Amino acid sequence: MKKWNKMLGLSLMSLSLAVVATGCGSGSKEAAPSKPSGEQKQNGNAATSQGGSTLKAIKDRGKIVAGVKYDTHLFGEKDTKDNQVKGFDIDMVKAIAKDILGDENKVELKEVTSKTRIPMLKNGDIDMIVATMTITEDRKKEVDFSNVYFKAGQSLLVPNSSAVNGIADLKGKTVIAVKGSTSTKNIREKAPEAKVTEYENYAEAFTALKSGKGDALTTDNAILLGMKEQDSNFKLVGGLFTDEPYGIAIKKGDKEMVDAVNATLKKMEDNGEYDKIYEKWFKEKPKK
Amino acid sequence: MLDFSILVDHHKEFLSGFMTTIEVSVLALIASFILGLIIAVMRISPISILKAIATAYVEFVRNTPLLIQVFFFYFGLPAIGIQLNPFLSGTFGLTIYTASFIAEAIRAGIQSVPNGQMEAGRASGLSYIQTMYYIILPQAVKLVIPPIGNQFLNLVKNSSILGVISGTDLMYQGDLISASTFVVFDVYIFVGIFYLILTIPLSFLVRYLERRLAVSG
Repeated sequence: MKKWNKMLGLSLMSLSLAVVATGCGSGSKEAAPSKPSGEQKQNGNAATSQGGSTLKAIKDRGKIVAGVKYDTHLFGEKDTKDNQVKGFDIDMVKAIAKDILGDENKVELKEVTSKTRIPMLKNGDIDMIVATMTITEDRKKEVDFSNVYFKAGQSLLVPNSSAVNGIADLKGKTVIAVKGSTSTKNIREKAPEAKVTEYENYAEAFTALKSGKGDALTTDNAILLGMKEQDSNFKLVGGLFTDEPYGIAIKKGDKEMVDAVNATLKKMEDNGEYDKIYEKWFKEKPKK
Repeated sequence: MLDFSILVDHHKEFLSGFMTTIEVSVLALIASFILGLIIAVMRISPISILKAIATAYVEFVRNTPLLIQVFFFYFGLPAIGIQLNPFLSGTFGLTIYTASFIAEAIRAGIQSVPNGQMEAGRASGLSYIQTMYYIILPQAVKLVIPPIGNQFLNLVKNSSILGVISGTDLMYQGDLISASTFVVFDVYIFVGIFYLILTIPLSFLVRYLERRLAVSG
């Protein structure tokens, strides 16, 4: 009898655990977009209350909370010397802050990864994603995008001694990519006979390539250029085999904010500020 | 409610991840128990050099994060020409890490057997190893089962570390599924339930062994 009681107790416990977990899951998923703004203010950095008011939330708060990469050379990278995050994406955020709030320093940066950025935007942890994010049809179902602010394309990074010259040479080879990135999906389609292994972030992916865990690393050219700059034992091959326009992601349905960002982008292009920032990071003029 | 369509659509990935997690866990569980036992015996041996090696091992390994050890096996060893795949790196990392805790559990169990038992064994003409094997270890076993059981449960959960070195385990598959479907909560809840499927029976097994050995002792 005692044994049975124990068994029953334990199975009930695990069952209720599963139920609680279930409740949490669906609950927070649905509750996220409609969290009351009061609760979000307590978090200190929550972005919007309901769809359509990001711009107002930014103005009330007096700063923009942007999700950026901290580990991506040239776009968003933490400088270990002064603990500042620097890069093309960061300068874009600053330019938007300057346009909307009149001060480029009214910016709070939060680290995102390819995996966390959409959930964070949906939860209202950030106002926008400026994190080397490619505009895709799938993602458009989840978030809204600004106009293209950077034209990238996927390429391959290989050791200088490698015999790989393009995606045609990848048969039976191991290709390194980053979890949650579009490049993963693309390489599976374009080189179906290659084995794709995925890592948490670009630092680990590049380390994996350096320690011989794969034959090539694939992602957007801009990121690969940054890696090549850090270690000249590697080269880019295969040209650009995809067209990957980067956009700034805004919470779904917030047209007002998308328009505001697009207006800023237009202004920056007209007054030459965009070109200035572009040349500062990529040492060349933007391709028109 | 949970979105079960994800479980159905991606059942192949979930299952292959589940199998990898089982394989890594079982291998590391057996290996870490053997290694832990050897280290424990070294730690209490009267030979001081063995004792020093075992102590250094335990203190070094259990006081550094598992993630760093796994990174060392995966990213570090290629520098000296040793290439390990993610599966092996993860299994080695888990084995070495868990063994240090198991060694401590066994050592504590052995040392809690009164000293008079060893003296009595030696006095009746048994060698050190014979006394250990016939007298001390049987008494220590039931004391060490609960803490070792804890370590085994930790091992199963820690195997999720394979996810960061592309180890194709449950966690890795969970990451990829959540990245491609944009669903975070549901996917990781399913992943959690898969871990429960492994850990709950293991819990029961430990409890069962504990009870059985308590009676026989």
